[in-house]
Amino acid sequence: MTTSLAPNSADDPLAYRPVALVDLLDRVLATGVVISGDITLAVADVDLVRISLRALVASVGALPQQEDAG
Amino acid sequence: MNWMVEVAVARPAPASGAWLHGVARHAEPATLAAIPGMDGAPVRAVSAAGLVAVVSTAPLDEYGEEPIRRNLEDLAWLERAARAHHAVVEALARRGPVVPARLATVHTDDERVAGSLGAHRAELVATLDRLTGRGEWGVKGYLAPGAATVDAETTGRGGVGTAYLRRRRAQLTSREEHLQVAGAAADAVHSALCELAVAGRRHAPQDRRLSGASATMVLNGAYLVDVAALPRFTELVGSLGGRHPGLRLELTGPWPAYSFVAERAEPALTVREAG
Repeated sequence: MTTSLAPNSADDPLAYRPVALVDLLDRVLATGVVISGDITLAVADVDLVRISLRALVASVGALPQQEDAG
Repeated sequence: MNWMVEVAVARPAPASGAWLHGVARHAEPATLAAIPGMDGAPVRAVSAAGLVAVVSTAPLDEYGEEPIRRNLEDLAWLERAARAHHAVVEALARRGPVVPARLATVHTDDERVAGSLGAHRAELVATLDRLTGRGEWGVKGYLAPGAATVDAETTGRGGVGTAYLRRRRAQLTSREEHLQVAGAAADAVHSALCELAVAGRRHAPQDRRLSGASATMVLNGAYLVDVAALPRFTELVGSLGGRHPGLRLELTGPWPAYSFVAERAEPALTVREAG
C-alpha cells in the first residue's frame, strides 16, 4: 500500500499533497496568533514580516530560472 | 553597574529560547516525542493554565532577535523554518484543535510561555472551542487562460501608428474590463463560500514571482469549514468554477486554522508586482 507519503488518514477526502511555499507563507507570516509575554523577542511584529517579504521577493527575483511572465 | 545587579539576581542569560508552534488543550508526551521541531529534536510541552504550549528549543544564536531578523531575509532559511514550523502545527492539528502561532514567535524562556498562556487563557480557550471539528481550506481564483483575449484586429482604420495605438488602447481597456469582471466573479465566489463556511477571509493575492503561476490571481480566500460540511463545500467550489468560466479555482487544504486565530483583523499584507 502507498501509505508512506500519506500522513493524513485514508478517509481524508483529498490526498496528501506537498504544500506550496507561497501558500504556507500566506498563512504563517500574515496570520497565526501572536502571544506576546512581557518580554518576548518581539519578532512577530508586522514590521519584520514586511522586511522578510520584501527580502523574499528580492530573493525570488534573483533566482536564475525565474522569468517575468509579463 | 546595573547589569551586574540584574545578573546577580536573575539567572545568566539563557542560551536557548522557546519557539512557539501552537497551543492545544492537551498533548500526549508520546505524541510530542515523535514530532521533530525546528532543529530536528522533538518538540516539548509547556503546560500552564490548563493549556499546553508546544515549543521547540531555539538556540538564541540562531533564533534570537538579531539573528532571526537576518535569517528571515534568507529565503532558504525562511523556507526551512516555515516548513518545520508547519510540520509541527499540522501534526498537532491532526490530533485535535490547535491555535497555531505565527512564524517566529520566540519567547526568551519557558516561564514566559507559561505566563502568556495564563494571560491569554480566555481567548485561547474560546479559539480552541471555535476551531473544534473544523478545518481551514484555501480557495484560489486565477484569471482563466483565454479570458483576456482581445478582438484587437477589428479596431478600425487609420495609419499604422494610429491603428497600433487604438489596438493598444483596446487591449488595455479589455484587460481592465476582464479584470473587473473577474474581480466581481471573485467577490461572488467568496460570498457564496462564506455562506457555507463558518468564517472566511481573503488574503492578499499572491505575487506571481512568488507563486510561479502564469495567471493573475484575483481570489486568495481562506475558509473555516465544519468537517460535516466539507463534502458540500468541495462540491460548491466545483459548481462555482462552472458558474464562473472566467475564473480557474483551486482548492488547497486541509490547513491548520492559521487564518482564523488572530485576535483582531490584521492589515492585509500585500506584495505588489513591481513596475
